[in-house]
Amino acid sequence: MSPVPHVRVEALADDAWLLTLGDAIEPALLARVHARVDDLRATAPPGILDLVPAYASIGVFFDPLRVGAGEVRAWLQARLDSDALQRREGGGACIDVPVAYGGEFGPDLEDAARELGLDAETLALRHAAAEYTVAMIGFAPGFPYLAGLDPALALPRLATPRTRVPAGSVAIGGAQTGIYPRESPGGWRLLGRTPLALFEPGRASPALLQPGDRVRFRPIDADAFARLGEARA
Amino acid sequence: MSARGAAHVEVLAAGPLTTVQDRGRTGWRHVGVACAGALDLDAATLANRLVGNAPGDAVLEFTLSGPRLRFARPTRVALCGALVDAVFIAIGGRPSTIGHGRPVDLPPGELRIGRLRLGVRGWLAIAGGIDVPTCLGSRSTDLRGGFGGLDGRRLQAGDRLPLGPARVGGIRRPRAPAWWVEFDDPLPTEPCIRYVPDARPGAGALSGTRWQLDPRSNRQGLRLKGDALDSPGVETISAAVAPGTLQLPPDGKPIVLMADAQVTGGYPRLGHVAAVDMPRLAQLAPGQWLQWRAIDATQSQRLWALRRAQWHRLARLLDERLPPVPARATGIDLP
Repeated sequence: MSPVPHVRVEALADDAWLLTLGDAIEPALLARVHARVDDLRATAPPGILDLVPAYASIGVFFDPLRVGAGEVRAWLQARLDSDALQRREGGGACIDVPVAYGGEFGPDLEDAARELGLDAETLALRHAAAEYTVAMIGFAPGFPYLAGLDPALALPRLATPRTRVPAGSVAIGGAQTGIYPRESPGGWRLLGRTPLALFEPGRASPALLQPGDRVRFRPIDADAFARLGEARA
Repeated sequence: MSARGAAHVEVLAAGPLTTVQDRGRTGWRHVGVACAGALDLDAATLANRLVGNAPGDAVLEFTLSGPRLRFARPTRVALCGALVDAVFIAIGGRPSTIGHGRPVDLPPGELRIGRLRLGVRGWLAIAGGIDVPTCLGSRSTDLRGGFGGLDGRRLQAGDRLPLGPARVGGIRRPRAPAWWVEFDDPLPTEPCIRYVPDARPGAGALSGTRWQLDPRSNRQGLRLKGDALDSPGVETISAAVAPGTLQLPPDGKPIVLMADAQVTGGYPRLGHVAAVDMPRLAQLAPGQWLQWRAIDATQSQRLWALRRAQWHRLARLLDERLPPVPARATGIDLP
């Protein structure tokens, strides 16, 4: 068995600890982060409020009126020292996300393809060919940072961010891809749009995607986009 | 007659930024949902306690100056936070000044909350609480997410806010006790904010110089103006951040994250603000000077525990002093 890699534990706030498991963006580390979150969730003492995974770290938020910082620290250390890792059955779900690429749905697709030396259709197909992992959710409620982008498709962000990116826009920013849940400002390159609602606060499960879930993009045409959009409404 | 669900307060003018807030959201940070909530939870809780509400009931948070509100029924209100002048005009009556930090019983009429002094944020609790629907376990307004509070947005003139049930009746004149509560010392002209530096080179540099609050600050984050600190220049790998996180963007001007901040961030961190000083930060006016003092995590925890102990003493004291609801003639009539 490989030795347990060193985990740094530091105070993120008076009511939060930050565990840092590594210093890279790579699949094995991300898998370790999500396995660790599963374990912490399964063994959390009362008073633990939030576990926030990112590429290489986990934020652990607690209610200091219910559990002390030292007590939380001791629990974290005990779990990190333990060989047993409680894991969620079968790992994350695999979610199919239909996307209309190009045209009005993806105003940056043509330019992006040209920059990469590809034609627009090839870029769309290669973007849809990979299986992604929801590394973390941040920026806005339900905004997934998806790991697993073909490195050859990495694109710099726009020099001047757009003031309005439509809800559902599927985009590339640097070596990552993501989906804008709600109309917002944004500097990523817009390849397409999904008719799915990524975040609805009134839903029992408000976020369509959870950290650790896997995602596949399925290209659809404008008719299918309209149909799916209507079905949702 | 039951008043349940029927009482409202009408917003005649909202002020620059007035929102519905409670203690904020927990349990949803992993899907990107910020805490939101009152920027001074103790002030909001105190206001609630003064009117007989539960600590988690929703209040109004206002910035720079307050709203103008119309009450159709008798009610009890309390103003906490920065000092503020408020005037009440009963229907067919004369204006009377409404004090701060005390329960005030009001007949139907109009409450005009003016400019805040020695601070920029205030909280108004109304008996029964602001009874907007809960969303993800909280009534707080999430301005960036566009949910919670009243339709996920700041208040505007013409809004009607539902109030929860409260037993307040028989009030013909504004009435308040002669005492009031000041839980915090007034904010000094140049406050010193305590923070816990991260174990990184340069994290202690914040305390070396004076800083000014950049006017481009809001409930998401406070920007600091001053001599730029040495920044590593590059972004680090995004990780969870929290209200109170001190970030250092490439321009070397630190940002303090506040309750509405996003849940992850990629800027290098300098450390975090001592929880006990977060309410003081929330009172800084644009352009105001401030300084920083480094303390360690244990000191920060102890300060917070001390504040909790103070709070419990105050709460016990209030239990003995608070006029019962509905109000009786224990208070003094206001002019």
